[in-house]
Amino acid sequence: MKINISKIIIFSFVIFFLSIFWQGLKINNNYDTKSLIGNQISNFQLAKLDNNTQYISEKDLAENTYTLINFFASWCSPCRNEHKYLLNLSNEKKQIKIIGINFKDKKNNAMNFLNELGNPYDFVGTDSDGKISILFGIYGIPESILVDSDLTIIKKIVGPINQFQYDKILKLIQ
Amino acid sequence: MLSNIGICLIILVLILSFLIIYTASIDLKISREAIKKNIYKLSLFQITFTILSFFTLIIGFINSDFSLINVYENSHTTKPFFYKIAGTWGNHEGSLLLWINILVLFSYLFLVFSHTHDKKFRLYTLIFQNILILGFLFFLLFNSNPFNSIYPIPLEGLGLNPILQDPALAIHPPLLYVGFVGCSIYFSAAMASLLSGYGGKSFAQSIKTWVKISWCFQTLGIIVGSIWAYYELGWGGFWFWDPVENASLLPWFAITALMHSLIVLEKRNTLYYWVIILCLSTFTLSVTGTFLVRSGILNSVHTFASDPSRGVYILIFLSLMIFSALTIFFLKHKKETYNFNLKSRETFILANNWFMAFFLITVLIGMLYPIFLDVLTNEKISVGPPFFNIVIIPLVVPFLALMAIGPKFGWIKSQKKIFNKILLLTLGAIVINLLIVYFFGKYSLLSNFIFIAAIFLILYSFLDIKKLINNKNKTELPRVISHLGFGLLVFFIGINHQFSLEEDFNLKVGEIKKINNYKINFEEIKIKESKNYKAIIGNFKLTNVEGNLVQYLNPEIRIYSNPETLTYEAAIKTKITSDLYLTMSNVSRSDYYNIKFQKKPFMIWIWISALMITLGGFIRLTLKKNED
Repeated sequence: MKINISKIIIFSFVIFFLSIFWQGLKINNNYDTKSLIGNQISNFQLAKLDNNTQYISEKDLAENTYTLINFFASWCSPCRNEHKYLLNLSNEKKQIKIIGINFKDKKNNAMNFLNELGNPYDFVGTDSDGKISILFGIYGIPESILVDSDLTIIKKIVGPINQFQYDKILKLIQ
Repeated sequence: MLSNIGICLIILVLILSFLIIYTASIDLKISREAIKKNIYKLSLFQITFTILSFFTLIIGFINSDFSLINVYENSHTTKPFFYKIAGTWGNHEGSLLLWINILVLFSYLFLVFSHTHDKKFRLYTLIFQNILILGFLFFLLFNSNPFNSIYPIPLEGLGLNPILQDPALAIHPPLLYVGFVGCSIYFSAAMASLLSGYGGKSFAQSIKTWVKISWCFQTLGIIVGSIWAYYELGWGGFWFWDPVENASLLPWFAITALMHSLIVLEKRNTLYYWVIILCLSTFTLSVTGTFLVRSGILNSVHTFASDPSRGVYILIFLSLMIFSALTIFFLKHKKETYNFNLKSRETFILANNWFMAFFLITVLIGMLYPIFLDVLTNEKISVGPPFFNIVIIPLVVPFLALMAIGPKFGWIKSQKKIFNKILLLTLGAIVINLLIVYFFGKYSLLSNFIFIAAIFLILYSFLDIKKLINNKNKTELPRVISHLGFGLLVFFIGINHQFSLEEDFNLKVGEIKKINNYKINFEEIKIKESKNYKAIIGNFKLTNVEGNLVQYLNPEIRIYSNPETLTYEAAIKTKITSDLYLTMSNVSRSDYYNIKFQKKPFMIWIWISALMITLGGFIRLTLKKNED
């Protein structure tokens, strides 16, 4: 076999592919976004749910001591379960601001949801096609992210907030 | 008991494979015309024992013999008889045994039916096929043995995943396996052809039937899988660009390209090395797909079949396959010169191949990119439908047009004047498209182009059918049916996509919801106890605005006991013009149920046109040699 450039290229390509597969076997596939803790929130811009001309961005978050970003939707039943904890949090703890991001939802449904259960949010942004939520590593809702004033993620909650998670949040913001 | 019988049979098959390789290599050196009788006998024993081992496992499942770990883990005494049998291949180990069965079956059939071809070529094919068989036998014995026993014997099994208890899914794996594993025979044949120098036209003839068979089964298998996803998964769609669906598409693109370029090799005796590359890559892609699915590298609906230790084995096997194929190919490759006229059929077939290659690479990139990114940068992403839609859909337009025009050209150089016809049919297609827009509603510019191209292909195919009936000519029929099927498929998917109605809302018993021209009345909830599950059944009355009954819809929430799982069964009513689709899921601690209602026009026609594509292939299989 005569060795020439194209053969070398093809062989190295195959070797590259196979070694990636080999490495791929070793990585843990249970999608875990805990690694996001310690990362900083980067640029984002969210339109307000009931007013498309108002926006919120990471600069607004920097003004709060703590911000809890909560991803919710009217069609998501576990979101209803965690709602009372969010209401408690917004009523009792003034050092934390809560931002709701309405995920893949229709505006009217979301408004009805908040009218029915109460609105714990200081700002409700809309992400109707779910694209901005990807930036936060969201793959299923409800999910919540706790951020401090440096925009660093200090906690990430996958699934609904329960008493246990609620107490943990309180501890973190003391 | 069954465990011992099974393992003995597998070891016998293993020994026979070694013997076949040994005797075939000796026979290679003997310059006689015919292959030794011994090899036929060994092969016959091999296939008999292989099938027996599979039956042994089936018997284990039917009798719920929980001394086999495999049966214990995947079956249950209360399971219906049909699903006990289907359970045999509804798990990794059993399906691997099925995989080996097909490898051996194709090996035997090829040996018997290829007697008109060169002896050396046949023997090499047999040797390579048996090397593949050996590889998978070792895998089965040392990593995934379905005959492993367990002691003490459990009294009851763990049960089969309920979403797998569906008729479409019972036949989906066997169909796909015939399709994917069937490719192995022309992988072996391609290697044999390179080594024995038996190429060109006769090589094309020797593998033609096998390519057609595996193409038909692959296509059918993919369609059945999609039907299963639609009816069982209850997501309201039929294609999700899920990694596993993509894995099944890769070899399909390669084999479709192969099926077309094989015609060029047969008629014009050119493109030999390209055909060889396609033969080799079809099976390589099948194994790659299996690797990605079974190792759990890709996450998807199929992850119930994943385990990284299998991955290591398949990866080693895959690497060996690729390197030996590449080495042999480069050793034997000679420069080919092509002399194609632009206005000839072979040029258009080559165009088909370029499109297939483009689709293949697109899907491959979309599938592998997340893995690469994860490995190289530790970043997790997933590539979703938007990527595939954006890249693939625009190219479907010229692809459809070429599918209509290409077959009109003759071989070598065509003098036919078809320009006027094309102009007329394009105008016809534009008019029909405008009518759809006028009566049903607007869509984007790209969609307009797709509709026009699809209608163009459909119209052209109808003209072809008329001509075929006049000439009483059967040879072109399979092609026309498959191409027409593809045109209709794109057309109905387009209609379905543009004019679907979808609504999400919460409702409790007694409430009524209005949607467009419909009223949905949630009348009541019933509880039903069934053999292996308990069901909560909703009764929804669907009426139109005037209050006339359209349909009762009864979605279910099923609570399976073995293993404990919740499944949501959509209520789907299929009608000629549209499907009505309703799912409900419980909202915890509330009387409300979350309802998803969809009206999907021409759903059934998507299946019918997809099946037409396969039908064309099956008709071609039945045509006699001289008609083909």
